[in-house]
Amino acid sequence: MTADLGYGMTLVALGLALYGGVAAGVGARTGRLALVESAQHAALAVFVLVTSCFALLTYAFLTFDFSVRYVATNTNLGTPFYYRITAVWGALEGSIILWSWMLALYTIILIVRHRVGARELYPWALATMLGILAFFLLVMTFAAPPFQRQVPVPADGRGLNPLLEDTGMITHPVALYLGFTGFTVPFAFAMAALITGRIGDTWLALTRRWTIVAWYFLSLGLLIGGWWSYHVLGWGGYWAWDPVENAAFMPWLTGTAFLHSVMIQERRRMLRLWNISLVILTFGLTLFGTFLTRSGVIASVHAFTQGSIGILFLSFLALVLLTALGLVAWRWEAFRSEGELDSVVSRESAFLLNNVLLVAAAFTVFFGTVFPLLSEAVRGVKVSVGAPFFNQVNVPLFLSLVFLMGVGPLIAWRRASLDNLKRNFLWPVALGIVAAATAFVLGVRSSLAVLTFATTVFVAVTIGVDFTRATRARLRLGESILPAMGGLLLRHNRRYGGFIVHLGILVIALGVMGSHAWSVQTETTLHRGETAELAGYRFRFDGLTAVEESNHFKVTGAFTVSNGTVLGVLRPAKKFYPQEQAPIAYVDYRLGLREDLYLVLGDFARDGSQATIKLQVNRLVSWIWIGGMVLTLGALLAILPERHRSA
Amino acid sequence: MSRVAIMMFAALILLGARPDPASAQSARPVSDDVVHEIAAQLRCVVCQNLAVADSPSEMASQMRAIIRERLAAGESPAEVQRYFVDRYGEWILLAPPRRGFNLLVWLLPLVAVAVGLVTAGALVWRWTHRRHGVRTPPVAVDPAMSERIRRELERGS
Amino acid sequence: MKRFWRWLIPLAAVPVLALLAYGFRVSPRDIPSPLVGRPAPAFALATLEGAPLSLAGHRGNIVVLNFWASWCYPACYEEAPVLERNWRGYRDRGVVVVGVAIQDKREAAEKFVGDFGLTFPIAQDLKGTVSVDYGVYGVPETFFLDRQGRIRVKHVGAVTDDVFRKTVDRLLAEAGSP
Repeated sequence: MTADLGYGMTLVALGLALYGGVAAGVGARTGRLALVESAQHAALAVFVLVTSCFALLTYAFLTFDFSVRYVATNTNLGTPFYYRITAVWGALEGSIILWSWMLALYTIILIVRHRVGARELYPWALATMLGILAFFLLVMTFAAPPFQRQVPVPADGRGLNPLLEDTGMITHPVALYLGFTGFTVPFAFAMAALITGRIGDTWLALTRRWTIVAWYFLSLGLLIGGWWSYHVLGWGGYWAWDPVENAAFMPWLTGTAFLHSVMIQERRRMLRLWNISLVILTFGLTLFGTFLTRSGVIASVHAFTQGSIGILFLSFLALVLLTALGLVAWRWEAFRSEGELDSVVSRESAFLLNNVLLVAAAFTVFFGTVFPLLSEAVRGVKVSVGAPFFNQVNVPLFLSLVFLMGVGPLIAWRRASLDNLKRNFLWPVALGIVAAATAFVLGVRSSLAVLTFATTVFVAVTIGVDFTRATRARLRLGESILPAMGGLLLRHNRRYGGFIVHLGILVIALGVMGSHAWSVQTETTLHRGETAELAGYRFRFDGLTAVEESNHFKVTGAFTVSNGTVLGVLRPAKKFYPQEQAPIAYVDYRLGLREDLYLVLGDFARDGSQATIKLQVNRLVSWIWIGGMVLTLGALLAILPERHRSA
Repeated sequence: MSRVAIMMFAALILLGARPDPASAQSARPVSDDVVHEIAAQLRCVVCQNLAVADSPSEMASQMRAIIRERLAAGESPAEVQRYFVDRYGEWILLAPPRRGFNLLVWLLPLVAVAVGLVTAGALVWRWTHRRHGVRTPPVAVDPAMSERIRRELERGS
Repeated sequence: MKRFWRWLIPLAAVPVLALLAYGFRVSPRDIPSPLVGRPAPAFALATLEGAPLSLAGHRGNIVVLNFWASWCYPACYEEAPVLERNWRGYRDRGVVVVGVAIQDKREAAEKFVGDFGLTFPIAQDLKGTVSVDYGVYGVPETFFLDRQGRIRVKHVGAVTDDVFRKTVDRLLAEAGSP
């Protein structure tokens, strides 16, 4: 019954979305408002239906309704309560429901916000949103239906993928998808702008906040994904340049480029063609991401499945790209720009350079990800493109970008005079050099580490210089210090939100540098009572314990950690799930500001007399999470509505 | 006869052997760092896109042990890497060797940056050489005043 | 810009899409082996019963070398009876089936052998050296060696009767001396 009801709802939702998309489009073309309103009603109905499907599926999970195949494959009687909820989006079909639901939600918000005031663009944007929503509902109805019946109804389900039994499962997909789907709205407005020919600033102003919100969620999703990878997957790292990680990273790169280049269009009315192309590229990359995850074309940790669904996604990607880029080509004439610049040394140039580097980085990641396919197509030889390649090629790009973070906000628009350069950059450059020298003196020999350190200090000082100067100006006007600083942040929340985001990136950069340059690891087999040593820490193997949990069997090793004084006991484990072929490693760790201790249990003797462990002392990894939090705080500040400037 | 005896002897040793990478008798001491460096370049064959150095799987653990053994037996890191490529093909290297067709993936990013810089440069050139009317020489302005003006300009628009 | 150059922009997407479409025709997990055509690497193991097991002793025979594990379900479970059946059928014709269990616990491997009643020589590769020597990246994988001890065919995935017979018949038909 549940299955049939759910299936019926998805079918109706699909029909309504198709109708709404067409109605909005026709209404936009012919100017008949009644059609556009009808489309709005259809959109609302779709949202209600998709929400109901979601609720119905969640209910099926919570009540162990194994008559629904999706429930039977992704949960069993032993799955804990909260994981039963998150299991709803734990596999392919559920992920499509989640994506569709978010698209529907964004459509409703778009209607509410822009129904009045964006008269020309709104109907086309609505049509685009509904069209894209219709596609995902199509996938949900025919290619990956979550409401298929399981006959005969089994007594117990298969169970959730054990790697997904983690709190990260609650937040990572949700944040990531909010980010991905969030970029659909700027795309919809870009299409509206192209179709109507109004490619000026209106569509840009409308989508600015959408873009920051989407960017915020995408950043959050990436950071949580890294954290999840670090503390669940048991390999001691946070980013593997896995194809699906890359697929989420590329739209983030182009999205960041877009966030910066819009400022040029806003101030100087330049780069309009480029901005529209960036939005199309970003949305295209989010579709590419869903294609990659679901088609099995490139091997990945994340890959859900193979089969016909990949063809559907590729076809849709082709449709979107060819249509959107075709429209760009059609409207080419309209993109003539009247921009002027007085000097190469200017903020416009800095932002251009920022865009070049970010898009080049996105291209590098993209080409590296698809190169194994290309190699096979051309040479017939399979190659791998992994972390060593991406790290080597991207590091110079990212380091240059970090450097630009310091230059961009302070250099003047149009033309930076020598005076302007001196005022703004004398201290930062000087202190940057001092930082480099200090690092060298303190024994840092890796040139990359020294360079990173110098660059981050340079950027930090530029931020400090700006903030200090602005605060001082306010102090001179008679304000006291805290209200001055607070007022500055709130009044110019875009600018200072951006600064805080940059600060977050600096901290992340230092964390990444530290973890790569200074982490150490070893692997050894210990008998009970024996001790291993690494980086001044001693790990004593105390023994193994075996426990039967609700849906798995867990073998835990106890290791006492000390560095002169006993610090505690770490308990890495191996979890044996009946439905999984190989045991799942459960790592235990001890986080610290300077270094993390990280233990993975390997092979062990049945009688508990010995165990193999992999030990890691990872340096500065916590800075990545701290930097991430700073970044998200900055983004939130920037999202705040702008205070109306009085003076 | 003695051949069989040798094989039985070897078999007995192998049977009695436990997974014991670090405490195997080494012909020469091998540092963890060297093993890690080599293992970081090799792809863990049973995982998806992880390096042998990072993977928690048993196969990767065994591969790390093999790396250590070979280094201890006197092989150079390049020789150890070549051994794996010999058995698995180019696919086992996490970064494609910089030869032939693979140069494309190494060089194209540089080309992309170059193209980007050239395009951006051309754009900036066009912008700086577009003049509508006579350019007036900049007026000398008091620095404090120009600072305030600058701040106002940024606060506005 | 001349009228037609602008259309290069959407056209630029086509080769990328074509490349992705090509991806449907190949499987990312299908790695061709560089060892095919080369002499099979030697090894010296002992069977689960304790008898010595090496390739040298089987020169002159067709060797079907099968890598498996007891946890590899369902493929290894599907091919075990196939291997046993064909072992019994071909053993008098100069064909020998050899099994190597990798990344397995001894008891689990022995249980597997007992459950399927496997009678061909089976050894355990405790340290993984043999599996790496053969470029094994998953289970099950089967190598077909000719009389001169060269690897002629590598089969990834469960072996079927069809595959076994066709390959072995072809190798048997070849004239040759050890």
